[in-house]
This record gives sequence, structure tokens and C-alpha cells, in this order.
Amino acid sequence: MTDKPLTKNIIGFDGHTDLARYESLGGYAAVRKTIGRTDPDAVLELLKDANLRGRGGAGFPTGMKWSFVPKKEGNGHRYLVANADEMEPGTFKDRLLMEKDPHQLIEGMILSAYTISADVGYIFIRGEYHVAIARLQEAINAATASGLLGEHILDSEFSFRLHVHVSAGRYICGEETALLNSLEGKRATPRAKPPFPQVSGLWGRPTIVNNVETLCNVTHIVANGADWFKSLGLGVDGGTKLFGASGRVARPGCWELPMGTPIREILEEHAGGMAEGYQLKGFLPGGASTDFLTPEHLDVPMEYETVMQAGSRMGTGTMIILDDRSCAVGMIANLEKFFARESCGFCTPCREGLPWVQEILDRIEAGNGEPDDMDVLERQSQFIGAIGNTHCAHAPGAMEPLASGLKYFRDEFITHIEGKACPYQREV
Amino acid sequence: MSNIATDNPGNFLTEQELAEIESEISHLPNRPSAAIDALKIVQSYRGWISDESLSAIATLLGMSAEELDGIATFYNLIYRQPVGEKVILYCDSVSCWLMDGDKVCKKIKQKLNVDYGETTADNKYTLLPVTCLGDCDHAPAMMVGDELHHDLTIDNIEEHLS
Repeated sequence: MTDKPLTKNIIGFDGHTDLARYESLGGYAAVRKTIGRTDPDAVLELLKDANLRGRGGAGFPTGMKWSFVPKKEGNGHRYLVANADEMEPGTFKDRLLMEKDPHQLIEGMILSAYTISADVGYIFIRGEYHVAIARLQEAINAATASGLLGEHILDSEFSFRLHVHVSAGRYICGEETALLNSLEGKRATPRAKPPFPQVSGLWGRPTIVNNVETLCNVTHIVANGADWFKSLGLGVDGGTKLFGASGRVARPGCWELPMGTPIREILEEHAGGMAEGYQLKGFLPGGASTDFLTPEHLDVPMEYETVMQAGSRMGTGTMIILDDRSCAVGMIANLEKFFARESCGFCTPCREGLPWVQEILDRIEAGNGEPDDMDVLERQSQFIGAIGNTHCAHAPGAMEPLASGLKYFRDEFITHIEGKACPYQREV
Repeated sequence: MSNIATDNPGNFLTEQELAEIESEISHLPNRPSAAIDALKIVQSYRGWISDESLSAIATLLGMSAEELDGIATFYNLIYRQPVGEKVILYCDSVSCWLMDGDKVCKKIKQKLNVDYGETTADNKYTLLPVTCLGDCDHAPAMMVGDELHHDLTIDNIEEHLS
């Protein structure tokens, strides 16, 4: 069995995998052996046993998430939603999966919907992903024509209709309850929890939202079993992960590697080390809303607990590299400008606090910082960064690179403020 | 006061637009749920959402124009002002910034003589910033209309906009 289940149809193949190629490589075998033949509860137990954790950033155990869906009663709809709104800065993994192997996601969604008795599914995808949108729609049409989607799948009692919903923008749509509001045609403001979507989600009905990469994994767990999945990981967590690196590395890219692969191996072997003339200063391990780590953390294995122990989060697993010729203050100012712009505006600490932080950072970067600015930034990072002070995790996520940046790159902030200029003399 | 768009959306929206919007509504539990889809459909034909379009869609969906405007202005891919023939969505997120994306953007602004939010004098391009396009291993990146352009440099930007 392959040790790269998610990209086995992608590596070394230039085109995208259509239905015929997908089936010739073993695709839809998991659906054929499961739908109408295996008890959905047994699939749920398998997922729990495999301990698949969410690949969208939070790492919540997927089987546990599904187990909160109440038993099916009556004929009301139950929904499964693929979160394909990949918009975390520095993240470029789900686009690859959807463009190159769209049926893998669809098969994972059929199996997941069967497990939670969902009859309607949506792929909530960002509007800029035109190629992925077209290929998913083509794949859904082909699967429907072959009886793999739609009414009475493979002549069973199970029916599942799948739609592609093209979003109209905004990062906050990636937050699962904001996503549900957006699917309902509303402003994408996150909802208060409880109730949780599993109980009352889309149009008040039981709903599961999972990341694209998470759903793709379901196919292979059902096909190959929980023990196989667990054996793929090098540490505590099972499976593989799409890891990536962007910034001034020799070969930026995205690679499927065992969960628990050391950061050093990803950066040095797969990304080819730093680009010529650049040194590693720090990095965000899994997107914009994760804490900085530094070269001293290179031997940390990339899995949920170990990255957490190092003081950050694995997040999406796609690393953003800060090099020695780029300004840490400038990078953090860029990040906070993004977070301020993407606030939904619902709660005050986020709506007012993030632009305040951004303005201070822009001022420091422009050479107009004041010594007191450091205290304000520290206080804001603690206040806005505390979960519970804001309506959702957007602003606390925004504070992760700031708080850790203040810790690791304090000297650079001070140099800016005391020298009344950015020492990098970066001409734009 | 009579308003042709609000009193009867069928007088303002085309048959094609109405058919596509009704098709979306048909698989939704209520009409306002089609708000974003309807805005996108009308925008796909007209390039942007005018006040008249907004009123007609609101009436069609049984909601107030104000409520629909609250939705329309929330989403960055719904345009409430006219845009050029193609919208340039320029990634201003962190990976592109690290690869000198801001310098390339400055060159674009100079070449097209526009700032963010503006349309070129020949009405060909509107320049807007966008969040990470998920193409970070080929940063800097941008969308020109529906097409992704990447590995941008100050030297090759001319060919991407010709």
C-alpha cells in the first residue's frame, strides 16, 4: 500500500485525474465496498480508531466531531460541507488536491455523508479557484452519471446530492459557523456556540464541516484501515500531511510526508534549504495565524502536540519562511494589515483592536515609533489574544505572530524605534 | 414613487438572469438564501451591482434593499461600483510580500497609473488587493480576470499585462 495516499494520483502525472483514471487506480473501491454494505456506525468507529485529526488548522479529532451528530430522526436534511475556502495566508495545499484529483475529495465526501447520514453536501470554495471549481463540477457530473452520487447511490437506500458553492470572498468564511451563514446567503459573521453545527448548523439542521484534506483522508482510511493509517505517522498522530514551504527557500513547494516529519527535514531536504544568499531567521509553521518559531526549533517534529509544546501550532502545515534580509516588523505589519482588513466587524476588540495594532506597526516600520508603542503592542497581544475576549478565534489568531514576534524579534522593534527607521532600508 | 426595478424585477432583470436565480432558489429552503448567488449571477452579466440591480434582486428575493446591500458590501468579490473589463486581484499577503510582491505591485500601479480601487483610463483594468491566492510556491501571484498569473517580477510584469 502506498505511503502517499493523498498524492499518489498526482505525483508524476501532468494532467488531472478524471473518473476513468481514478477508478483504474482503485478509486471508488471504498465507496463500492461500503455504501449499503457496512453499518455507518462501524465506519465512525473506524475513523475514531484511526484518530484522524482535522487538517484545516485546528486539529480536532474528526471521529469525535462526527459523533456529536444526533441520530437521524424524521426526514429533514442533514448536511456535509467541505471547507474549500483555502485563504490562510501561506497555505497552498487544498487547491492542489482539488485541481489534480477532484474525485478523491468526492469519494471522501460520499463516505463521510454515509457515516453521518447526510443527504446534501456542499463544497464551499473560494471564488478565485476557477480551475478547481470547473474540475470539481466536471467530476460531480461524471460521478452522478455513474450512479456514485445522487439518488440511491449504487442502488442502495443512501442518497447524497453534492453541490459546488462558489464563495464571494472574505477570509472569515473559513471559520465554520461564518461559512454556514455565508452558505445561507448572509453576511459571514461567526455564530455563537453552542449550539454547535453538528446539532444545529446549516438552516438549523445537523451539519458537519470538514477541511478538504481531512475529507480526502477518509477515503484511504476506509480503504486501508485504521492500523495502516496510524502506521504512516512517525510520532503520536497517524497519517500523512501535506506540508509546504514558501518564502526564500531554494525550492518552495508542497509535499505529502509522514505526520511527525521533523521541520529540518522538510526545509532542508524537500525545500532544498534556504535560497542562495539567505539565512533562516524564523518561520510560521502553519499559516498566518500561528506563532513564530526560530532556527532552534528545527528539530521539532511537525505534528499537533510537538509544535504546540514548542509554543506554536502546526496549523495548516504550510510554513512561511522569514529570511535574514527581510524585516520582522514589516512582515508582522503585513500580517496584521491582513487580519484587520478581514475582521468581520462584529465584536469590538477585533474590529477596533486590530486596526489599532496595524497602525502602530506601520508607524514603527515607517520610523515613527515611540517607546510606549511596545507596551501597547504587548498589552493588545494579551488582551485581544485571549480566547473568550472576542466572538471567535480570528483576533486571537491574529495575535499569535505578533506576541511571538515581540518575543523573538524584540531587538528589531527596538532598533526601529530608537533608530527612527527600518534598518533593512527596503525600497518599495 | 414608482421604481421600475423594485416594482417589478422582471422589468429590469433579463429572462436569463431570472431563470438562473430561480434555479438557485429551487434547491434552497427559502428565497433570501439565494442572495449571494443572485448577486453573483447579475454581476456576471453586468460587471457590477448597481443600485437598480440591488433593488430588483432584493424585491425578487423578498428582502429589503438595505439588508441585501449589507450582504453585497460584506463580500470583496461583489462590486458595488463599475469595474474595468478585467479585475486584477493582486495578492498582498505575507508569502508574496516576502518575495517582493509589494515592489511588483508598485510597478503595476505605475504602469497602469492607478492605485488600489481604481480603474485604468482605458477601462481595461481595475486593481484590487486580495488575500493569499494559495499559490505561495510561485509567489508573487495575482489574478487577471479568471486567470492566475504567478512568478511575477518587476521585469516580467509587462508581459503579464499585455
